[in-house]
Amino acid sequence: MSARNVEDKVAVNIKHVSLPMSRVKLIMKSSPDVSNINQEALFLTTKATELFVQHLALSSYKSGSGKDHNALSYSDLAGAAEESETFQFLTDILPKKILAKDYLKSLEELPEEGDN
Amino acid sequence: MAERPEDLNLPNAVITRIIKEALPDGVNVSKEARRAISQAASVFVLYATSCANNFAMKAKRKTLNAGDVMAAMEEMEFDRFLQPLREALEAYKKGQKGKKEASEQKRKDKERKSETEENDKSREEEEEEEELHMEEEQDGENECEEEEIEN
Repeated sequence: MSARNVEDKVAVNIKHVSLPMSRVKLIMKSSPDVSNINQEALFLTTKATELFVQHLALSSYKSGSGKDHNALSYSDLAGAAEESETFQFLTDILPKKILAKDYLKSLEELPEEGDN
Repeated sequence: MAERPEDLNLPNAVITRIIKEALPDGVNVSKEARRAISQAASVFVLYATSCANNFAMKAKRKTLNAGDVMAAMEEMEFDRFLQPLREALEAYKKGQKGKKEASEQKRKDKERKSETEENDKSREEEEEEEELHMEEEQDGENECEEEEIEN
């Protein structure tokens, strides 16, 4: 094989995305109204999901409390979902965890408000 | 179709790698956080798909295209993704084109190769092939005869 052919082969085999497009397609197709997805739309959605994962991880880390001890925790993510406008759609799957003690306290406070 | 619920998850190993690459070196990501990000990514796909699908339906199209996905990103306020996505799509298109050209080149090379080979020994092959056919036919006949005998 000539050098040119080898180069061509490398260029062709560059991976554009690391997430499997077949899996992303499966998730997209699980949406009820979607019938067909063209290859470019599938590629863009896969790429966008990668960008999203990077963006969510980095901005949660930066705004979170784990920055001091080099850690990213669940509460950093939940905090980002609550505070950032663009991550609002995640609040359902990233609920803020609160201590049972605090929850009970909030329950106690509610009836008082009702009485007033 | 998705038959098991885990089919709608993205592979953990890949998600973990993307997170690692995005964060500064040495940041520890808890298992719970990784799982949450992975779930968030699946929800993101669904949200983006549903937004993009709205644009396609508005335009009375049944197939989601690149423009629909880009419009969805804008609507979702992920404008920051638009430029990198445009660049990635450009590179992807080039790659797909290269793939097509490469396979066409391969096909042409193959054709050329077989043509020269044919010219070199077309006569020999023809003769050989004829002999082979005759042998095969004879074998076939023999088998038939044998079967008949067995019956």
